[in-house]
Amino acid sequence: MKKNIIRIPAMVCLMTVIMGSCTKKLDLFPQNDVTSEVVYSTAKGYKESLAKIYGSMALTGNTGPAGAADVFFPGSDEGANADFFRSYWKAQELSTDEAVIAWGDAGIQDFHNMNWTSSNQFLTGVYYKSLYQITLVNEFLRQSIDGKLTSRNISGTDADAIRKYRPEVRFLRAYQYWVLMDLFGNPPFVTEENVIGGPNPAQIARTDLFTYVESELKAIEADLPAPKTNEYGRADQAAAWALLARIYLNAEVYTGSPKYTEAVTYSKKAIDAGYTLSNDYRQLMLADNNLNKNEFIFTINYDGTKTQGYGGTTFLTHASVGGSISASSAGVNSGWSGLRTTKAFVQKFPDPSGATDTRAQFYKSGQNLDIAIQTTFTEGYAITKYRNVTRTGAPGPNDVFVDIDMPVFRLPEMYFIYAEAVKRGGAGGDVTQAVTYMNAIRTRAFGNTNGNINSIDLTLQFILDERSRELYWEGFRRTDLIRYKQFTEDTYLWPWKGGVAGGTGAESYRNIYPLPSADINANINLVQNPRY
Amino acid sequence: MKKHMQKLCRFLMQTIGFLLLSVAAMAQNVVSGKVTDSKDGSAVPGVTVTVKGSRTSTQTASDGTYRITVPKGATLLFTSVGFANQESAVNDRNSVDISFVATSQQLNEVVVVGYGTARKKDLTGSMTAISSKDFIKGAVTTPEQLILGKVAGVNITSNGGAPGSGSTIRIRGGASLSASNDPLVIIDGVQLSGVGNGVNSPGSIAGSANGLSLINPNDIETFTILKDASAAAIYGSRASNGVIIITTKKGRRGKPTFNFNTLVSAGAITKKIDVLSANEFREYVQTHGTPAQRALMGPTSTDWQDQVYQTAISTDNNLSVSGGLTGKFNMPYRVSAGYLNQEGVLRTGNLQRVSAGINLSPTFMDNHLKVDINIKASNSKARFANEGAIGAAVSFDPTQPVRTSSPRFGGYYEWLDPSAANGLKGLAPSNPVSLLLERDDRSSVNRSVGNIQFDYKFHFLPELRANLNVGYDVAKGSGTIFVNDSVRSAYKRDVDTAGVRKGGIRNKYLQKIDNKMLEFYLNYAKDLRSIKSRIDVTAGYGFYDNAYNNYNYADYFVDGSKRKQSDPIYATDKPQNRLISFYGRFNYTLNQKYILTINARSDGSSRLNPDNRWITYHSEAFAWRIKDEAFLKNSKTISDLKLRIGYGITGQQDGIPNYSYLAIYSLSNNTAQYQFGNDFYNMYRPNAYNQSLRWEQTATSNIGLDFGFLDSRISGGVDFYLKKTKDLLNDVNQSAGTNFAPIVLSNVGNMENRGVELTVNTQPVRNKNLTWDFGFNVTFNRNRITKLTFTEDPNYPGQRYGGISGGTGNSVLINSVGYNRGAFYVLQQVYDSKTGKPVENLFEDRDRDGAITDKDLYRYKSANPDVFLGFNSSVNYKRWNGGFVMRASLGNYMYNNVYSSTGIQRNIINPLNYLNNGSRNLLESGFAGSGPRFFQSDYYVQNASFLRMDNINIGYDLGKLFNEKATLRANANVQNLFVITKYKGADPEISGGIDNNFYPRPRTFVFGLNLDF
Repeated sequence: MKKNIIRIPAMVCLMTVIMGSCTKKLDLFPQNDVTSEVVYSTAKGYKESLAKIYGSMALTGNTGPAGAADVFFPGSDEGANADFFRSYWKAQELSTDEAVIAWGDAGIQDFHNMNWTSSNQFLTGVYYKSLYQITLVNEFLRQSIDGKLTSRNISGTDADAIRKYRPEVRFLRAYQYWVLMDLFGNPPFVTEENVIGGPNPAQIARTDLFTYVESELKAIEADLPAPKTNEYGRADQAAAWALLARIYLNAEVYTGSPKYTEAVTYSKKAIDAGYTLSNDYRQLMLADNNLNKNEFIFTINYDGTKTQGYGGTTFLTHASVGGSISASSAGVNSGWSGLRTTKAFVQKFPDPSGATDTRAQFYKSGQNLDIAIQTTFTEGYAITKYRNVTRTGAPGPNDVFVDIDMPVFRLPEMYFIYAEAVKRGGAGGDVTQAVTYMNAIRTRAFGNTNGNINSIDLTLQFILDERSRELYWEGFRRTDLIRYKQFTEDTYLWPWKGGVAGGTGAESYRNIYPLPSADINANINLVQNPRY
Repeated sequence: MKKHMQKLCRFLMQTIGFLLLSVAAMAQNVVSGKVTDSKDGSAVPGVTVTVKGSRTSTQTASDGTYRITVPKGATLLFTSVGFANQESAVNDRNSVDISFVATSQQLNEVVVVGYGTARKKDLTGSMTAISSKDFIKGAVTTPEQLILGKVAGVNITSNGGAPGSGSTIRIRGGASLSASNDPLVIIDGVQLSGVGNGVNSPGSIAGSANGLSLINPNDIETFTILKDASAAAIYGSRASNGVIIITTKKGRRGKPTFNFNTLVSAGAITKKIDVLSANEFREYVQTHGTPAQRALMGPTSTDWQDQVYQTAISTDNNLSVSGGLTGKFNMPYRVSAGYLNQEGVLRTGNLQRVSAGINLSPTFMDNHLKVDINIKASNSKARFANEGAIGAAVSFDPTQPVRTSSPRFGGYYEWLDPSAANGLKGLAPSNPVSLLLERDDRSSVNRSVGNIQFDYKFHFLPELRANLNVGYDVAKGSGTIFVNDSVRSAYKRDVDTAGVRKGGIRNKYLQKIDNKMLEFYLNYAKDLRSIKSRIDVTAGYGFYDNAYNNYNYADYFVDGSKRKQSDPIYATDKPQNRLISFYGRFNYTLNQKYILTINARSDGSSRLNPDNRWITYHSEAFAWRIKDEAFLKNSKTISDLKLRIGYGITGQQDGIPNYSYLAIYSLSNNTAQYQFGNDFYNMYRPNAYNQSLRWEQTATSNIGLDFGFLDSRISGGVDFYLKKTKDLLNDVNQSAGTNFAPIVLSNVGNMENRGVELTVNTQPVRNKNLTWDFGFNVTFNRNRITKLTFTEDPNYPGQRYGGISGGTGNSVLINSVGYNRGAFYVLQQVYDSKTGKPVENLFEDRDRDGAITDKDLYRYKSANPDVFLGFNSSVNYKRWNGGFVMRASLGNYMYNNVYSSTGIQRNIINPLNYLNNGSRNLLESGFAGSGPRFFQSDYYVQNASFLRMDNINIGYDLGKLFNEKATLRANANVQNLFVITKYKGADPEISGGIDNNFYPRPRTFVFGLNLDF
């Protein structure tokens, strides 16, 4: 028995030793994915992180065209609502006279019917995607402070280049906060001070957010590259000026205090930065529209081969094709039979044939002007603005994923801001200059001066209508109608506005969208916008 | 200790004395006889016949007979696995026949429990053991189908009728909400990976529909199902969803005996989806279509479902040999081989599986060292039918022909658009027959599961055993997908690296599983007679390493050229996780009546942050053998009565991705690059992470009563259980701006399952010529979600899920606090009071705000049953036997997505310039299918309660053949003979509650022969 008494504890000891060494084996690391220390150990890693921040505006995630979404909600379609511009576009256009859609996706008809709820998947999508890009920027700013660069032995030109990324990403953050301010009013507020996995962020009021966006843009203004000196697709000073001009034009909506003088100042800065209009309006939204870089101030870049997704201009091109429209004429393999426009928008053109004003790009064959049922593609004129073909008519390199870049800011918007701000009393500009700008736009549109206007024609309503004729389907309409108090009001009705065939007004609380219920449930600091 | 020594000495003295006596009695005579099964009188081969107290032994032959030389006054001991030991004093007889009683009726039956075995009468937890003789008979190709409907509390739903497709197994409803609800499956001591549901579920291997399907059901001896925590807690963090322990057949000592069985079956679908006939379709389009749409119709009449389904012929052949080497080298062995060739009812589907198994159980050192070697290997070659054809066959225009005279697109009819660059109409469906015949998707999966187990009984202390178990589970799944370039689905689909537009597919895939495990435990079992006690203590250690090797390939066209930008970023990936465990069990039995079991297990997982990586689970259980109390001991009426009470905590980490606590970055693929200037950059994305992830924990309370009456002719058990899961692994909405994803896996939420299980087995008739067994089991399970969010929010409706086809983002199910999981979240349909028909887009405005919004959705019924039942019966009459297994499920509802997505006018006559067929429900509802909410109607939620005849069989024993050297039995059965249900779709039994393009379960007729020689 004595033997046992020795042997058993000896065995237990032996086992304990074996096991002790084993527990260290629980520290495992992935084969391919890497930690932040590895990513940011090289200048290349910083640039690839910068690419992610920009790329999150163009792509739904890390696998093109789909498969690893940045913001994914179970049961939803990655292409439909995990893409920034596609969801943003729906919120800005489907809710207006410019667009209706035939589909049955949950909540998609609610835009035009003006009965959206806080669980709308597209609003949830654009909200989370905006804040996602902001979170990426915050992380990048934390990772690129001088101390980190030094500790990672990055110096010289590499370090200088990385320092220059910082104002650019702050511009992108300011842009996304503008989106949130415009759509949702009072979003949560996070900066590089908020760490990952930290406590619930505080909510920021729309007026305070305006001040923040304004101050950020002014803070980075001097550090950004001079206009047109940065790589195509990256932000420069003109982009910051253009965004400042845009927020000043809408300042009264956001804060109650107009800032038209500032709108004049900054739109003029952008205009004078050396941009010019391209020759042909119908070449603005084609597969090789990067050739318009003299007109485009800042773009989201798409590539049919290397930047693939079902959002952005791929959505706009496919969804516009249906009925008897030939898909190949749009440079794509198939139509998704979704988007058309209302009669109210068609009637903005005295001659909708396109023969006089080339911006009227309607497809009428087999389409009814009047919409009896929104969910039937052939009800309402279709629009052929976005086409995946080059100027020469050759198809883009891929017939599913289009090559059309999406201008976020282009010169004519600055002309309109200038003109409207002047008309609304902004100092530092004049009507004559404004008319010149309007006529520059119209001369291109008509191909001659027949459409030119005089200063007497330059009314605020004219500017709104002209904006629509020029900038339709580019994501501006809801913001413009709100500024003109024509969005929820019953002073301007369009077919099926508010879900009624003849159109009806909606309650004014719908001038901002609800915060998504997903975040209301997650973040107890958030107070829902009134009445939602 | 001293006392112990004295006892040991006394025992040795007695033994030696006995041996001496034996030697003294030298007179010998020869005894022969036959061992038969008490149940049906059939011969029992392989029974060990030992002269008690000596080493003389023999085994019964294949006809059950034996011959043995015995000394005078000897007693013969008959032992065999599956039967109760029996003794018979020879006296002066020359012939001793034994009617052997199978241990299913016996409480001394030994059942496999975690890390060891236990006598059934000593069990304290809720567990059910099913052995091969009670398995479902017939063409069973995946193991879990063997016990369909046999076990209360276990719900097995096959995932469809595809060859080798797996099943969803739920034990007591599962313990989790969104993480895995699959039970842990252990086969001969090796944890099996890939028991998931279908090709892409976690743990499954590429090219195989189901992990379990790789095991040949013919090799399986027993299933033990551990249902409550007191039974399963020794498996700790993997036990919350129950544990299924499978043991395979082992060799028996004696001359080699062979078994060969063969069967052939024919299966066909039982019910087609009820769609418009070609003539009805014509009439409908004539009435409702525009002139342009009418012109789209073709001249023929095609039943597309007839075109895609076939009668599936399958064969299954199995040969096994089992016996034992004797003499110096004592080694029972069993070797088996099987070949299955199974066709699918969907054309082109086929599975061929070659499987082999070897069991060796040598003993050494005078039986002190037992070694068990199990190796199972299989090769499955499958051709997967394109299941897209199921939906396509429902929807394709019935007025169009299968083939055209034109050779374009492989000669199949397709919707054309001359203006399109590729000549095809965009978004139009593909010809269903082309989808099937022109896609060649083949896989080959090699898999092997095996282990070697050493069990050493210490020479100096036989009560102490050391057990070392080393096992592996390796697999290699590879496959090729080939689609011709003329076929619509891959026609000119993209450009190659040179920019030339190409079509077709020529791709391959490869994945390997490499799982290893090591377990070591010590067991000490001792009867302490002086205090009428028995203790049984086990303590052990386990190490489990699970790794995948995934190989990534570019995308190729049929001509072998590569699709542009399709090169993978990483050629391989190796996700891996490990688990380290310490476990122990303490069993204490007092007076053979009061039994206490305590289990504990401490687990550490590589998937979790080192700070909260370790956790300890435990269970306590008590059993009282009431039958053995004095007042019942002599009762003839009550043959068994035992009360079991248990409580325990188990865990779950399946569903946690391997590295989710680490802050890591991943690089985007080549089609997700971003352009700066003229350069494109792959993007480095920070991944969302959660450092505070921890285990799901389920606390289970169980009270059970096992009973037997009238010599166990009525036996069974009833169990009441309450399972409370906390820290549910849930995809939780993050506060926007605080993580790199809007939804991150977190531990939020609580859920309860409570239920009652009742099992009753009866033997109404038992005599020499006729026995009749009848059993049934019933399970009531009620599920409630009690918490879902960090902070209580009465306005939070719950987690919506259950996506349906028809518009993206539309879902019909919800999990919400205070309700059962899987409630339908729908609008209340308003019906025309005169016609009784639903009025399209007219719903109850439940919140009376004047508009139909999400706030009018309500929770209606559930996809999960309230009650499920199993019935089984078998009859043996002389040489005939027959039986059936039926299952019923009550209170489960189904969303008929076939109705809602195809049975609407908008589907048939759509604006896309082609026509679709659809469900005949269209003629009943008359729905146009306009508006965003018609599909949210509760009209589409239908009662899917059912009663299914899973299996009915008959067999005949042809007796001895070939000079009495072999016995032959013939049997025939029908699987899935009928289903009684109110459900209007094709099949009421679809896991998940949404019916959309379900692979139909065939009705199968099977004929088989079984030869023993």
